[in-house]
Amino acid sequence: MSVPIVELKNAAKEYVNGALRVTALRDVNLRIDPGEYAVIMGASGSGKSTLLNLLGCLDHLSAGDYLLGGESVANQTDDQLSEIRSTRIGFIFQSYNLIPQLNVLENIEVPLFYQGVPESEARVKAEALAERMGLSDRLRHKPMELSGGQQQRVAIARSLVCDPILMLADEPTGNLDSKTGEEILELIDELHGEGKTIVMVTHDDDIAHRAQRVIRFRDGTMISNDWHGAPKP
Amino acid sequence: MNSMRPERMVRLAVKNLSQYKLRAGLTMLGIIFGVCSVVAMLSVGEGANREIQEKIQKMGSQNILIKSVKVPNDENAGQSKRSFIAAYGLTYADAEELSRFVPNLVASTPIKRLRFDVQFKARRLQTDVVATVPWFLGVQSHRMMRGRFLTSADMEFGTPVCVIGTRLARILFAGYDPIGKTLQLDRDAYTVVGIVGDMAQGEVPGEDQLWLDGENQSVFIPLRTYLQKRGDLFTQWSEGGGTFEKIELYELILTIDKQENVVTAVDAVRRVLKKNHKKEDYSIIVPLELIRQARETRRLFNIVLGSIAAISLIVGGIGIMNIMLATVSERTREIGIRRALGARRRDIVLQFLMETLLLSISGGVIGLIFGALIPMAITAATGVKTVLTFSAFVLAFSVSVTVSVVFGIYPARRAAMMDPIEALRHE
Repeated sequence: MSVPIVELKNAAKEYVNGALRVTALRDVNLRIDPGEYAVIMGASGSGKSTLLNLLGCLDHLSAGDYLLGGESVANQTDDQLSEIRSTRIGFIFQSYNLIPQLNVLENIEVPLFYQGVPESEARVKAEALAERMGLSDRLRHKPMELSGGQQQRVAIARSLVCDPILMLADEPTGNLDSKTGEEILELIDELHGEGKTIVMVTHDDDIAHRAQRVIRFRDGTMISNDWHGAPKP
Repeated sequence: MNSMRPERMVRLAVKNLSQYKLRAGLTMLGIIFGVCSVVAMLSVGEGANREIQEKIQKMGSQNILIKSVKVPNDENAGQSKRSFIAAYGLTYADAEELSRFVPNLVASTPIKRLRFDVQFKARRLQTDVVATVPWFLGVQSHRMMRGRFLTSADMEFGTPVCVIGTRLARILFAGYDPIGKTLQLDRDAYTVVGIVGDMAQGEVPGEDQLWLDGENQSVFIPLRTYLQKRGDLFTQWSEGGGTFEKIELYELILTIDKQENVVTAVDAVRRVLKKNHKKEDYSIIVPLELIRQARETRRLFNIVLGSIAAISLIVGGIGIMNIMLATVSERTREIGIRRALGARRRDIVLQFLMETLLLSISGGVIGLIFGALIPMAITAATGVKTVLTFSAFVLAFSVSVTVSVVFGIYPARRAAMMDPIEALRHE
């Protein structure tokens, strides 16, 4: 049996807000294997965003353990978490989150920039990914000059540039019309087909049907974890 | 993980700053004014300082000047209508004793300064007469223009010769070559043997500056000749009666071998004169001390100037901090994105510090350029001497850059300490 990409053991997250303690996640046990495409669903405040932040190493667990690719990241320093984010995780956001003053190529290169990859090497990778995303004629454009779908393609290229073991998508079609959204989802399907491990947050049931597995959250607790479509590998 | 290479950081900073060109320009303005004013003020100050130093230097930094001073005599205060002989000032005995007791003395130059009517042909005017010794020439800043100065033979035989200042030569002897002509000093006749210029009167021996005044219109005669003709008694007629003043030496210039020995020599001079004189009818002028005083004045001036400069640079620094805080808060989301994509806190700090550094260095360079141009304009417009020193450039530039970086650290750290999740959510 292969090493799971994600393994959460009794994971919990609490926020202390003044005298108030808010439990965002409690006792989550979750395992995601390589090549899986999982969707996380739940109402707002259910803890799904917190989970995504934890999986993306943007936040620390309050209790329990998180193994990413078999290594515990629960007690890593801020610098170590930064390195993990730049080398092992690809983020795709609802609002694309491109840097406005950088052009398409420069935006795609940002994670490589922080890894200290030489410029020429980064440029080659970025150009290849941009081409693959159908952005060859937009390389020097600024994000403001692109449509929403094009911006999300840039963001996907950026998330792929360091060849991550885990891709995290936070409602990637939330800001797009249904046609463009469909194109983006097809692109994600394609990546899944290539063996990428994908975790996506959505509240759209139609989108959820595309994934093999739907994980539902309510009030910080995982309430269901169903496989459908292709069986668990 | 490797750190980013500096030139990439610089390019990133340029790109980020060029987004806000007007803002960057206005921010730099604070630094530009600060650096510019510091450089300009320092160069004006340095110019004034050099001018004073040069003037004092011309008096001879190895010299000690002792002058006779008339002290109001209390005992005779009620008898002002009567004639009497007032004897005061330096005496030959003083000179004798000083030359024996002052250590490291190389020359003692006695001077009698008088005022006489001088006449050549029909021209007549009143001027200063300096009765002195041949080595007077080397002691201060005089230079022979033509002919010769007084000689030891003149001293020995009391020859009636004189050397005249350049201005006097021009005024009194207009149209004639003064050398060999006879000059009438009151009732005594002297033959002109040389023309001397006082270089302390101007930087360039150009006409107008050389002719200013002072010893350029004096007559120099051998001390011996004067004593033989007139003696030490000086008659002054005033309302209601005459006074006879007896002053042996008006001035004595002691030349010490080295500057380091001047201070001990001055002590010896003070001791000797204090012992010989009941009243302080003399004054001691030490050019070296004047130089020191000028330095001290300059030090104070620098402190005042430094404080003003420091305040202006701190104001500039606060301006930078203000702008960087605004920039950081506007770019919160960018910071969140960069953190999510793998930027360490250190990378964020460096990014914003690099922007601050770039602003302050460019502002500093522009400030230096204006700071160099303004003193030149001042000199051209007013003739005030200004001196640009390398140290002023280095000081103004390094202080401004340091101040801005110090003020840039807080906004940069604030950016780096943001919670990436919060930053990403920021609209």
